[in-house]
Amino acid sequence: MTITPRKKTSKNADATPLLQALGIVKKFGDFTANDDVSFSIYKGEIHALLGENGAGKSTFVKMIYGLMQPDAGLIEYKGAPVVINGPQHARDLGIGMVFQHFSLFQALTVAENIQLALPPGESLASLSDRVRKMSAEYGIGVDPEARVHNLSVGQQQRVEIMRCLLQDPSLLIMDEPTSVLTPQETEQLFDVLRRFSKAGMAILFISHKLDEIRALTSRATVLRRGVNVGTVDTSTQSSRQLAEMMVGEKVGDVSRGASLGGGKTLLTIKGLARPRETQFATALQDISMQARSGEILGIAGIAGNGQDELMEALIGEWRSDQAGVIMLDGHDISRERPAARRNAGLGFVPEERNGHAAVPVMTLAENNLLTGHSHPGAVRNGVIDGAAMRKAAGDVAAAFDVRLPNENPLASSLSGGNLQKFVVGREIVKSPLVLIVSQPTWGVDVGAAMFIRSSMLELAAKGSAVVMISQDLEEVFMIAHRIAVLYDGRLSEAMPTADLTAEKVGLLMGGSNANTASQAASG
Amino acid sequence: MINLTPRKDISTKLTLLTPVVAIAITLVIGAVIFGVLGYDPLEALYQFFVAPVSQPYQIADLFVKACPLIIIASGLVFCYRANVWNIGAEGQLILGAVFSGYIALTYPDLSVWAMMPLMIVASMLGGLLWAMIPALLKTRFNTNEILVSLMLTYVGSLLIDWIVRGPWRDPMSFGFPLTKMYEDAALIPRIQLPGIGYLGQLHWGVVGAILLAIFAWFVLSRMLVGFQVKVMGAAPRAGRFAGFSPAMVTIMVMAISGAAAGVAGMVEVSANIGQLQPDISFGYGFTAIIVAFLARLNPLAVIAAGLVVALAELGGDSAQIALGMPKVVTGVFKGILLFMLLAGETFNRFHIEVRWPQARSGDAAKDQEARG
Repeated sequence: MTITPRKKTSKNADATPLLQALGIVKKFGDFTANDDVSFSIYKGEIHALLGENGAGKSTFVKMIYGLMQPDAGLIEYKGAPVVINGPQHARDLGIGMVFQHFSLFQALTVAENIQLALPPGESLASLSDRVRKMSAEYGIGVDPEARVHNLSVGQQQRVEIMRCLLQDPSLLIMDEPTSVLTPQETEQLFDVLRRFSKAGMAILFISHKLDEIRALTSRATVLRRGVNVGTVDTSTQSSRQLAEMMVGEKVGDVSRGASLGGGKTLLTIKGLARPRETQFATALQDISMQARSGEILGIAGIAGNGQDELMEALIGEWRSDQAGVIMLDGHDISRERPAARRNAGLGFVPEERNGHAAVPVMTLAENNLLTGHSHPGAVRNGVIDGAAMRKAAGDVAAAFDVRLPNENPLASSLSGGNLQKFVVGREIVKSPLVLIVSQPTWGVDVGAAMFIRSSMLELAAKGSAVVMISQDLEEVFMIAHRIAVLYDGRLSEAMPTADLTAEKVGLLMGGSNANTASQAASG
Repeated sequence: MINLTPRKDISTKLTLLTPVVAIAITLVIGAVIFGVLGYDPLEALYQFFVAPVSQPYQIADLFVKACPLIIIASGLVFCYRANVWNIGAEGQLILGAVFSGYIALTYPDLSVWAMMPLMIVASMLGGLLWAMIPALLKTRFNTNEILVSLMLTYVGSLLIDWIVRGPWRDPMSFGFPLTKMYEDAALIPRIQLPGIGYLGQLHWGVVGAILLAIFAWFVLSRMLVGFQVKVMGAAPRAGRFAGFSPAMVTIMVMAISGAAAGVAGMVEVSANIGQLQPDISFGYGFTAIIVAFLARLNPLAVIAAGLVVALAELGGDSAQIALGMPKVVTGVFKGILLFMLLAGETFNRFHIEVRWPQARSGDAAKDQEARG
């Protein structure tokens, strides 16, 4: 496959770029995060910055936003070279940035949050007016009087965007803004962005979701291992072509195939309820589900709708005092501790690799012991069998293609994808009756993600059940046999994937119940 | 801007060389300070480092001095590895001494084979119970164990003061706040070396302390219990995921460190003092905290760290006696030594990069933005 990189689209051929980066180099010790990256963005253009995790996207935009200085290269803004000293300087120049992680005070109102970010002097009342005006003008829908903790994630993100827009930027940088949105919210966001782009604002949109990039942007700059591998017209590229540019090799396919899964019921959850522990946690209400032999049950939903709470309750980090809530193959494990649940045949992969699924400062062998200490042979009379521990970890690494820098490295020295293959692999090798995973491919490169997905499918094909909590709707549709949606601590009834559309699931993710969802879909 | 980034691989050579360099720098700085203050620098350094260990019996006494430090620090290592901050080993030491003193004073006729084990168990119990107060308050009510354990030290020291002045005072002590002397069976015997005989105050407690440190190392590095402690300290959420209970680990490490401090109290009294008195410890419970960290929370290294700290203590005494050096000066020198050792350790584990900030506008420099 060959792609001819295009430097400019014809429409902008004779204009001066709003911002141009030439030969940017940034090194961290021996590691080159950006190697001779050149890039340009024009007024009114929506430009995608595309790449896998660790490809250097964040480093690159941090230099444009003044959070870091390049080691070599030049940034030109409106045709003149600039050294961007810091975020305040960037904002003065007219560059705004919306970060992936919000920085809003949950207890304050929208207007108060915005006031904190703006130069002092403006009264709350006049600011609220401006927010309302802009909100109406661009259809953003942000109420300045609302308290942030009452807002949905999508609304909070709009507050962040609003905060940027009030400073009237010429260039808006958005770091993976759709990772927390439902498909409908994403579409709304795109509408807003398109309006801004028509008004002349340039938008640099960072993402690895290819369909979105093709829907929203006109050009994409693809980074791979710190190198610009090409700037392309998104309209002429298929998602697969973009993926292959991003990864640098052919991308494999994973699919659940025609099998419907669905043998014997292995895991039954009945009426699981958990009161919320803090103001910002989600209470679980009357959660019921069944996972059957041979299937992957996908649990879709946007972050913060009870995923963490549900995972803790399934692992046994939090335990209900009621019997009969969690049944594994006929045994009541509702009140069992995590080790007992593992011995009964459950395996778990929590969302957060560092500090939850694995201890970064410990070796892989020790990390293998984390979920293996209750298995026979690992520990005798309280003494750890060190040789067996190292061998077990080595076996997992070999079977799951975990690339190791040395024989028994620290978990922190592995890349995200490698460590994730390890924490998934260490559960799968134990052939659990039911494997419960949360966000199994979050922050993982495309190759590793495909590998992890196919190993879960393989496990299901051997007769286990897999429960996959995932915020990645594409992933859920790709490999889940049935899909349920978690919204505000409640779980919808699971339906066969074949009977569902992304739109329908998206509505459930946004809180409509199944009936209104189908009405809205038809009307 | 000074950046500390953890080194990827720490070389063994450097690890062994670091303390040597640290001590060398200490010697130079010490010599300058002593010279400025009008002491003969070489003589002063001699008094600090050589005089206290120039005779075999003195080396033996160095071990005696290090003994309680090694015992206490071996226990504290468990706490600090688990991120539980027991600062009250001094109080737990006192309670260990009181509990074992109860056995020694109440049942003076026991044979040595009954007396010693009973006293050891009693001292462990005393220290353990004292440590359970902050542990249970922490696990039950989420109180701060640093504060509670530290404050209990003062309670403990008032308690022993009251005991030796009141209920347990020896009627024949002419009004001195002392209990009766222990019977021989309650005293830890000195070691009689073949062909040499007694060597300084060297007693069997020293052997016990070294064995204890080795045992602690085994538990921490080879047993599931130690693994739990380390996981809980490094990543508590991963510990809960593994199925370990944070409360149980907190209680366990407090129990271990409390029991160890209690035993140190028993050893100190039974080997060196022979009766209870208001002051039975020279701040060993606090000094042991330094020992534990100097040893980088490794029980085997605790033996060496205990000896180094004991040498600094004895060297300070020797310089005071031989040169009339004020206590504050010896204190400063001890401080420099410990500081250099800990700083050297930091240089060993972290790569340090100093970068001068580029000229930037005042506004940008003030910008505290660190998001993203």
